[in-house]
Amino acid sequence: MSVMGLFFISIFSFAMLWLARQGVFASHWLEEGDVAHYRPDAGKEPPPPAKVGLAIFLAVAGCLFSLLAAAFFMRGDAPDWQMPPIPGVLWLNTLLLAGSSVALQLALVAARRANVERVKTALLVGAATAGLFLIGQIWAWRELLELRFFASSNAANAFFYLLTGAHALHLIGGLAALARTTDRVRGAGRVTRELTTSVELCAIYWHFLLFVWLLMFAMLIGWADGFGVICRRLLS
Amino acid sequence: MTDATVPQNVAPPPAEVEDVELYHAHSWITKYVFCQDAKVIAIQYAGTAITVGILALVLSWLIRLQLAFPGAIPFIDATVYYQSVTMHGMIMVVYMLTAIFLGGFGNYLIPLMVGARDMVFPYVNMLSYWVYLIATLVLVASYFVPGGPTGAGWTLYPPQSILTGTPGHEWGIILMLVSLVLFIVGFTMGGLNYIVTVLQARTRGMTLMRMPLTVWGIFAAAVMALLAFPGLFVAGVMLLLDRTLGTSFFMPSLVELGERKDYVGGSPILFQHLFWFFGHPEVYIVALPAFGVVSDLISVHARKNIFGYRMMVWAIIAIGVLSMVVWGHHMYVSGMDPWFGFFFAVTTLAIAVPTALKVYNWVLTLWHADIHFTTPMLFALGFLVTFVNGGITGLYLGNVIVDVPLSATLFVVAHFHMVMGIAPVLVIFGAIYHWYPKITGRMMDERLGKIHFWITFLGAYAIFFPMHYLGVLGMPRRFYEMGETAFVPASAATLNIFITVTALAVGVAQAIFFYNLFRSLKYGAPAGGNPWRAASLEWQTPETPPGHGNWGKHLPVVYRWPYAYSVPGAPEDYLPQNAPPVAGEHSP
Amino acid sequence: MYIAFVMVLVVAGSILFHVLSPWRMTPIASNWGFIDDTMGLTFLVTGTGFVAVILFMSYCLYRFRHVPGRRAAYEPENQKLEAWLGIVTTIAVVILLAPGLLVWGQFITVPKDAMEIEAVGAQWNWSFRLAGADHQLGSSDVRYIDTTNSLGLSPADPKGQDDLLVTNGELHVPLGKPIKVLLRSIDVLHDFYVPEIRAKMDLVPGIVTYFWFTPTKIGEYEILCAAFCGTGHPQMRGKMIIESEADFEAWQAAQQTFEQSRKSAASQNKRASAQ
Repeated sequence: MSVMGLFFISIFSFAMLWLARQGVFASHWLEEGDVAHYRPDAGKEPPPPAKVGLAIFLAVAGCLFSLLAAAFFMRGDAPDWQMPPIPGVLWLNTLLLAGSSVALQLALVAARRANVERVKTALLVGAATAGLFLIGQIWAWRELLELRFFASSNAANAFFYLLTGAHALHLIGGLAALARTTDRVRGAGRVTRELTTSVELCAIYWHFLLFVWLLMFAMLIGWADGFGVICRRLLS
Repeated sequence: MTDATVPQNVAPPPAEVEDVELYHAHSWITKYVFCQDAKVIAIQYAGTAITVGILALVLSWLIRLQLAFPGAIPFIDATVYYQSVTMHGMIMVVYMLTAIFLGGFGNYLIPLMVGARDMVFPYVNMLSYWVYLIATLVLVASYFVPGGPTGAGWTLYPPQSILTGTPGHEWGIILMLVSLVLFIVGFTMGGLNYIVTVLQARTRGMTLMRMPLTVWGIFAAAVMALLAFPGLFVAGVMLLLDRTLGTSFFMPSLVELGERKDYVGGSPILFQHLFWFFGHPEVYIVALPAFGVVSDLISVHARKNIFGYRMMVWAIIAIGVLSMVVWGHHMYVSGMDPWFGFFFAVTTLAIAVPTALKVYNWVLTLWHADIHFTTPMLFALGFLVTFVNGGITGLYLGNVIVDVPLSATLFVVAHFHMVMGIAPVLVIFGAIYHWYPKITGRMMDERLGKIHFWITFLGAYAIFFPMHYLGVLGMPRRFYEMGETAFVPASAATLNIFITVTALAVGVAQAIFFYNLFRSLKYGAPAGGNPWRAASLEWQTPETPPGHGNWGKHLPVVYRWPYAYSVPGAPEDYLPQNAPPVAGEHSP
Repeated sequence: MYIAFVMVLVVAGSILFHVLSPWRMTPIASNWGFIDDTMGLTFLVTGTGFVAVILFMSYCLYRFRHVPGRRAAYEPENQKLEAWLGIVTTIAVVILLAPGLLVWGQFITVPKDAMEIEAVGAQWNWSFRLAGADHQLGSSDVRYIDTTNSLGLSPADPKGQDDLLVTNGELHVPLGKPIKVLLRSIDVLHDFYVPEIRAKMDLVPGIVTYFWFTPTKIGEYEILCAAFCGTGHPQMRGKMIIESEADFEAWQAAQQTFEQSRKSAASQNKRASAQ
């Protein structure tokens, strides 16, 4: 539950900051007349709705993964808990996912510089590495299954499959969006503003998934045990 | 925003919100079925929610019949009884109330009230409805699978929810969980829309502090829902895996009816944490939109500004934040670490303060008002009574030690029906009577509306107020039959019969509402654009019902808050939000 | 306008119902009178609030109903009034909460000299276990459950051999002695619920929960299950008999120990297989 606590503190402080910036604390709500702008940063262009939408979606996905982590630590308290061995391929996968994230960041940089060819290449590299990551994850699953670490034999195994599976599903969703973006880059032949936004959204999402994966990986290989101990101490 | 007001002689700067490219329907199918217009989606959502709501109402009759006349109705056995209890609860809470407030009123009112042409992601909005519809169909399908729907109680607590002692453990529970997961996916799409629309598509001049409280309520509820539903999602998926793959997330080692199961080490309490992490905010996900709507109803029909608007907004935010950290009050006697009791009792009772302030402000709005007793107003007042009544019994159940004897008794049933059953339903009715003229262009019949109100309000109060006392007596909930129990006097059975008869009568009386609803479509008096002479933006559309894109050629410009009623010096007793200020006119 | 009167009638009717209602708390049979007191206090505070708010509302409805020519006042807010209302409500909440938390503190602090009794729930009946001559309960686990060991006591634990097993669902407890009820379920969630002692707690499979009380009134009370546990939930009943210490000891002496029950079950099995 400490995980949820941390998550909420960050979400709420963000929300409160935003509300304050919107003038909800200010007392001039009764004034009459034309209001030139309703954002304090009105001079700037407002962020595209899709970007705001993505930010909110990331909060939801973050909540989901935090809850899974909280459940992981709470369930991990039971005496029957036995973590499965971590397949070595996960280290390679981590590198692949990081590479994918870097590729998308490069695509974004290229898009901002309106370099279509580079955008295309970078997007393809990003998609390919992400695809390899997924194959690697399946590999890791197979390895564990062959060693007879079934989901039903220990909750730790089940959590391994559940966490990696949830993450992989998010990545597959991301790949669908990435495929659409790549397709549009091909079709358009030049970098438009909407395309830059699409690439940016993909990049943000990829960084988020990388971040989630790193935390998850740390949990799975036991680096986060110390955190679990702290949770338990707070709980009891 | 100190610097936000622009001197009137300066030409207004160009509108901030660009006109979005609107989706246009090209065929009958895309106009009425796979439609991306939020107004049509709203009707679809509300229609589906009310349809399953009627199913849940009928189920509640089965429950009541069994409680009053145990064994008298041949087809109601323990299995059917528990299935009815479960489906009634789950449908009402999730598929009816949540869907109608956010999917129905949210879709219809948010774009109109903030001066937007539509939701920002119309396509996603449409998907949201269709996924919701599939979720309800999957749920209803559980009536047609071997074993029938699950009878685990709406809380679906493992271990019993997936074990053989519970009805519907074969397929019903699987369909229930799949349906919930689908609902959450669909709802997330909708919720994203509501939030981003409020954040991004407000028209010029519509600052956050000029939004009607309805929008605030729905907005806060959508935020909470997006953060709370993952709890149910995680719990649902994990329970599904426990049921289908035999994992042991929630399932400890156990021997059920002499048979040793393969599960080991799981924690049933973990499920309860995850479930109530969603389950308690859920109460406020239903309540906050109701709070918002009722504020608007009271203000419009009392011809007076809502009292303490700023406090109302802050109360909504405070309730939203606090409601995320009170879930443990459902688990005082669950066997969780008893030290949590202190924490959750404090947070739970703390939430009573902003809630009480909202009640005071509603009532104080009536002070020195000019109250018109229209049907929507009656329903709003009915809400006040039932909500205050249900709210104070919440103080019993939230105060950890008082909850101990009362938990799992009919007191709890009476409490939550009063506060999140009857109170929000009264608001839904009030809101339908209020906004029907905008949606259809015709008024609903006032006389029938008032008859409907009196039967529903007094009847519902007569059902649930006495029920508290059966709980105080100690009668437990979820008892298929009380049987011979020493501490239950015979008079309790008489009271149960009274409650059942009243419940049946109130249920049947809803036919008046539906008759009125459909009859007024054709025969209702033409309403004009603004029959209630309301100030908020949705009543200022150029067409009624609002056309596609809501606002004709130009988006409205907002000049004041939505509660400018009876402003001294103004010619009429309301000033629409988009009416330009007249020079020399009193500026509050 | 008549709604104003009806609202007054609703309040009056509610109060009348409360006064005349024959459905009241069962006569208490434990030390948890504090719980009843806290509930009474809650009723007074919240009841006052309910009556005040609804009567004030009714007055407004009557006094400020629409008549031709009336115009509402314009009063966006009154921060002083709102602050006062906030303070008064907070005080009321503290009045409710403080005693509640104090009593909860007692509730979760088990007296050191409490006698331990185990209640075991299974679909859909109650069994009980009392410590034998050594005043200690032996360990248990679901693994050990078989036909001769329905409660899953550890056969190897010497502390458990003299434990008294009560499988007929009838629990006797001595008057005036604090009792810590250890709760264990072998299948699903149950809840040990005796209305007259006020306290209740869930039985959670996999862990042992507990609560404590001191019986204060001799008599026979019904044990119910208060956590839905499947179709047989309402039939899951037991009996709790509060009796004098002497009667209790006599009853205790008549109960079978774990060792005896194993032996008799084993011999029964032997007889059955011989036939």
